[in-house]
Amino acid sequence: MSAIPARRFGTLPVVLYTVLAVLAVSVPLLNLAVPEGAPFHVSTYVVTLLGKYTAYALLALALDLVWGYCGILSLGHGAFFALGGYAMGMHLMRMIGPRGVYGNPILPDFMVFLNYKELPWYWLGFDNFLFAMLIVLLAPGLLAYVFGTFAFRSRVTGVYFSIITQAMTFAMMLAFFRNDMGFGGNNGLTDFKEIFGIDLQLASTRDAFFVVSVAALAAGYAICRAIVTSKLGKVLIAIRDAESRTRFLGYRVEQYKLFVWVVSACLAGVAGALYVPQVGIINPSEFAPASSIEAVIWVAVGGRGTLVGAILGAVLVNGFKSWFTGAIPELWLFALGALFILTTLLLPRGIVGTLLHRAGAKAMPATLQEDTVDDAISPEPPRDIKQEKLVRLGA
Amino acid sequence: MTPVSTSALLYLNAITVSFDGFRALNGLSLAIDRGEMRAIIGPNGAGKTTMMDVITGKTRPDDGEAVFAGVHDLTALDEARIANLGIGRKFQRPTVFESHTVANNLLLALKTTRGVFATLFSSVSREQDEMIQELLETVHLGDAQHTLAANLSHGQKQWLEIGMLLAQQPQLLLVDEPAAGMTDAETAKTARLLREINKSRTVVVVEHDMAFVRDLDVKVTVMHEGSVLAEGPLDHVSADERVIEVYLGR
Repeated sequence: MSAIPARRFGTLPVVLYTVLAVLAVSVPLLNLAVPEGAPFHVSTYVVTLLGKYTAYALLALALDLVWGYCGILSLGHGAFFALGGYAMGMHLMRMIGPRGVYGNPILPDFMVFLNYKELPWYWLGFDNFLFAMLIVLLAPGLLAYVFGTFAFRSRVTGVYFSIITQAMTFAMMLAFFRNDMGFGGNNGLTDFKEIFGIDLQLASTRDAFFVVSVAALAAGYAICRAIVTSKLGKVLIAIRDAESRTRFLGYRVEQYKLFVWVVSACLAGVAGALYVPQVGIINPSEFAPASSIEAVIWVAVGGRGTLVGAILGAVLVNGFKSWFTGAIPELWLFALGALFILTTLLLPRGIVGTLLHRAGAKAMPATLQEDTVDDAISPEPPRDIKQEKLVRLGA
Repeated sequence: MTPVSTSALLYLNAITVSFDGFRALNGLSLAIDRGEMRAIIGPNGAGKTTMMDVITGKTRPDDGEAVFAGVHDLTALDEARIANLGIGRKFQRPTVFESHTVANNLLLALKTTRGVFATLFSSVSREQDEMIQELLETVHLGDAQHTLAANLSHGQKQWLEIGMLLAQQPQLLLVDEPAAGMTDAETAKTARLLREINKSRTVVVVEHDMAFVRDLDVKVTVMHEGSVLAEGPLDHVSADERVIEVYLGR
């Protein structure tokens, strides 16, 4: 009998890919083919909403990769999301052309208003879609690389790391609020018209964005899963559980952390780029520390260290938010806080984590399920309650 | 630093480490020969763990030399580099990866390239699998290979950690209190295991348990207040008046 079981394709990925495929086909079909007013018609509003959730799910996935598997609790992933969003927004701004309020064929409206004479150098090239997509990956990736290099090399871990990620996103927010940064100040970038010459407001465009978002989510999941089921994924979990032991085994912990950190930032950037054309605006409030913390709550609710849980958590919490802010908007933050506290107290493993743990307790140790081994956060009942609490908080 | 010509595998010369004015190591000098097994004893606060920290790169000494295999200046290298040179360390409290299975713990310790991308694309080879099986036999954990390390008993965790050390194929093993918290039977088994390991590798054991040290039957170094107090066979050392004074008090 082999000591290391061959990697098996678990049931969870199959379920996820199936659900995503069904959604990608059925939602646009129900939107376009079923006439308005018919019982199964999905309105364009709902399609856009689902597309937005899908982008959030990709952000949650990115966060789970670093938090759930490597124990790096980022409270600043909104910064990477927003950078990706801005890169996409800049492309869409350039695509407005002479149709802006001031009719300037080159300069976006806010630049005309602020008396810019020509396009700042960092806006050059964004009329090219491929260049913009490159920056969607590069801008968050580069920020993560620089930030991560310093933080991980200095061995900043736990809450201290979390706090400086908050500071990072807050600093970005303040910078982007400034008019002279050339990113539209507090109004951000908006009034987008078209992409590839196609009207953004068309139902079919919205459907296309939804399908692309779902495809990106599936690809992001495939990448994350490939990482966490590889030997590198095992090293990440080892770092999460006993960092200095990993170091004494000869692994350069900071390089491993930097790798997942940058991959995660790029995924968050893609999520932001998909988000912006669907909601039609990107402004500095996306950098707000609170948005990043909200993303952490999605992952906690769904179950960190499970990937699928992060996706589920993002969709559920945002669905709940859409409904709740429609009903009693002034109480939303209380509801969100209560949700986080209840999850921490009653479901510390999150929804998927708890389900996997139950299934794992039944199935193991008779047959080892690679899936539960890789996906469970801490498949043991809490031994040291205080320590568990600290770990839960990412300390 | 000027290279020292020494045949010793590990050579420490006049190592000094201070923490906020407290001298944890005070001119410590020590030479461990290839193939030797050495027991290091000493009262609490004698600097045994700090010495391990210096050798494995966790702590930088304020002064002194630490040379491995006659060529490598350990004071200039980081933990990962030193581990890859062939110095393995077992911690006082057993530290294994609790959410990994026993077999995966060994897999992670196996001597291979440690680069990020090499690790990402690596797969378990037949030889590696066989090596893991062999190690499982050596540390008596064959039946527990698919158990999560968190579910092992304290003694089993100690053995797993020794197994992980062996998987690294180090030239030098630093073992910090391997018998701590073990039953008598487990302690005797551990002493046998260490003697077995010593056939092919150099071993340094830090220990409190005198019965265990007697079991090992090797040269003993007594540390006190950050430097070496006495050295020699256990019987010789335990007859030394200064050692008696340190251990028993005035």
